[in-house]
Amino acid sequence: MATARLRSGSQGAALSRLRDSKHGNRILVALVFLVLIIFPLFRDPLDNFVDDMILALAYVVMALGLNIVVGFAGLLDLGYVAFYAFGAYTIGWFGSDHFAFINNEKGIHIFSGEFVSSTPGIHLNFLLILVVAAAICAVVGVIIGTPTLRLRGDYIAIVTLAFGEIIYRFAVNGDSIEFAKNYKLTNGRQAISPIDQIDLPFFKEFDSAFTIRPFYWFVLSLVALVLFCNFRLRDSRLGRAWIAIREDEVAAASMGVPLVKTKLMAYAAGAAFGGMAGAFLGSYLTSVNANNFQFGFSIFVLAMIILGGLGSIWGVVVGAVMLSFINSYFIPDVFNSIPRDLGLDFDLTQLSFGIFGFLILIVMVLRPEGLIPERRRKLEFREGLGETEGIGTEEEVRRVTA
Amino acid sequence: MSTSAPRQVDSAGTTGADGGGDAYLLQTVDVAKIFGGLVAVSDVSFGIRRGSIASIIGPNGAGKTTFFNMLTGFYKPTVGAIRFDGHDITGTRPDKITALGVARTFQNIRLFSTMSAVENCQVGQHARMRAGVFGSILRPPRVRREERDTEAKAREMLTYVGLAERLHDQMSINLSYGDQRRVEIARALSSDPKLLLLDEPTAGMNPQESAELTEFMRRLREERSVTVLLIEHDMKVVMGVSEYITVLDHGTKIAEGPPAEVRANPRVVEAYLGKKESEAEH
Repeated sequence: MATARLRSGSQGAALSRLRDSKHGNRILVALVFLVLIIFPLFRDPLDNFVDDMILALAYVVMALGLNIVVGFAGLLDLGYVAFYAFGAYTIGWFGSDHFAFINNEKGIHIFSGEFVSSTPGIHLNFLLILVVAAAICAVVGVIIGTPTLRLRGDYIAIVTLAFGEIIYRFAVNGDSIEFAKNYKLTNGRQAISPIDQIDLPFFKEFDSAFTIRPFYWFVLSLVALVLFCNFRLRDSRLGRAWIAIREDEVAAASMGVPLVKTKLMAYAAGAAFGGMAGAFLGSYLTSVNANNFQFGFSIFVLAMIILGGLGSIWGVVVGAVMLSFINSYFIPDVFNSIPRDLGLDFDLTQLSFGIFGFLILIVMVLRPEGLIPERRRKLEFREGLGETEGIGTEEEVRRVTA
Repeated sequence: MSTSAPRQVDSAGTTGADGGGDAYLLQTVDVAKIFGGLVAVSDVSFGIRRGSIASIIGPNGAGKTTFFNMLTGFYKPTVGAIRFDGHDITGTRPDKITALGVARTFQNIRLFSTMSAVENCQVGQHARMRAGVFGSILRPPRVRREERDTEAKAREMLTYVGLAERLHDQMSINLSYGDQRRVEIARALSSDPKLLLLDEPTAGMNPQESAELTEFMRRLREERSVTVLLIEHDMKVVMGVSEYITVLDHGTKIAEGPPAEVRANPRVVEAYLGKKESEAEH
């Protein structure tokens, strides 16, 4: 009991220090964002680094979404790629000439950009698409989650894994699923392309052929929005309920937390962010290709949040940026020739997943709580919670008081 | 056994069918739970009067916890019915039963260990709160007020159970065993229960702490008009605080009544106390 009190003392001091530095943290965050906003101006409009940053930030949005499901609520989701797919196909369907014959080949245009104002197909404004993508993914999340989330732990992982794979199969083979008037569900590996560029009210239409800066700023503001949502959700009635479920479902239910409904909210919120990132990537990459929706991508995003620290918002941001840069810059551009220099006949890119696996292994051994651990998770990992260690079990206390 | 239900209601002095609902906060009728072929609880009928302190006792494996789990919705009774405060709660989900006004603590403390004491008590108020996904993100004045109110209530409850103010924001894992018990009761009270179920609340407590808790249960009833049902091994606590005791053995009710009556019942002595004595001789 003495050690418990001692530890609580140091914990209290650490907490108060944290509170004191909160103001400092805000200034730091503002400065980082300022630098991030300004730096592309000093770069070429089609700069490679800015391109890598755009991808990284889109992955940050996805990782923050998955973090709500896995990090906050503790539900292992291995099929997150499905929501990337739904988001991407939302813009594939409603922001391209995919449905070319609709409305007598004149197309449907709702606040669409000038470039596509007279082309066939359905063309919604990107902001609408973003909302629709989030809504579709949330609804799909609820549909798949309703039967699934009654299960416990490992079973959820298995069912979500299958779900992700089913969606991938549909995406690949969707070019042979036709409904009325030769409308295909997807274009499979041929990809739906081109996809409309983003066109925002009061701004010039984006054009990735000349400059990618607007895309960068757009995805940066998307990250800011999702960060805001994450912080607000974490420190709310729902956030507490998610952590309660993660720690002890039985206790949570007896405190009046409806388990399935609360888990569904985590699942739907996470799915919505995945869908938004998917719609953005569809537009930025100007194509929606079924090849992008393979199982490996789910693991890629999961690796980001494990690397950064499950449940830790800033950790997840760091993890996503790191893995994204390793994937799109360090492996293909910097270290790719290493095997050849050693006289081996393959590219390093072929080993990407092996490298990610190795990184996760190292993190798990050296720092299981992630690079920037969440306060609670750190305790869970370091103190072996659940065993009520450090307090003395009932038997121990009985022995002491007897 | 099934005939004992109406008899019990009669002996409690209620007149007819309409009066029963008012006098009894919780009633079970011939409740049984069978796991596979194992009969854990069979044909238990019992009632708790509003504003009383009642106990369920019985030797280990008597089915007390199974019975508790049926009352709180974690097990659906195989047969029988449970009524609480005018609602049929047979097989109702735990969170809904909590929302109706039943709160519980656990035999081995089950706090959310990485949450502060205050946050634990805020989770306890989950069913009384409204904020959903959009409310949580946008935080309109309504949600801000709700957060403020629940935090204030959490602190009030923690103070009420006697947790020192400097410990309110401590992570609950860092609290001492006794304080954790306090927080668990505060968390249960935060949900504004009409009925508080305590599963061996004095486990691991020394005699002085047990006496304090007994006193606290009485205060709770006086000041907050909470009805209390406890499962307890400590006979001193049970006999001292309860007005009505139900004894279970091998899943069936073998006796019930006021403490003095139960203590004198030869079946109870044989099943419960007798066994204890023989154990002590070893």
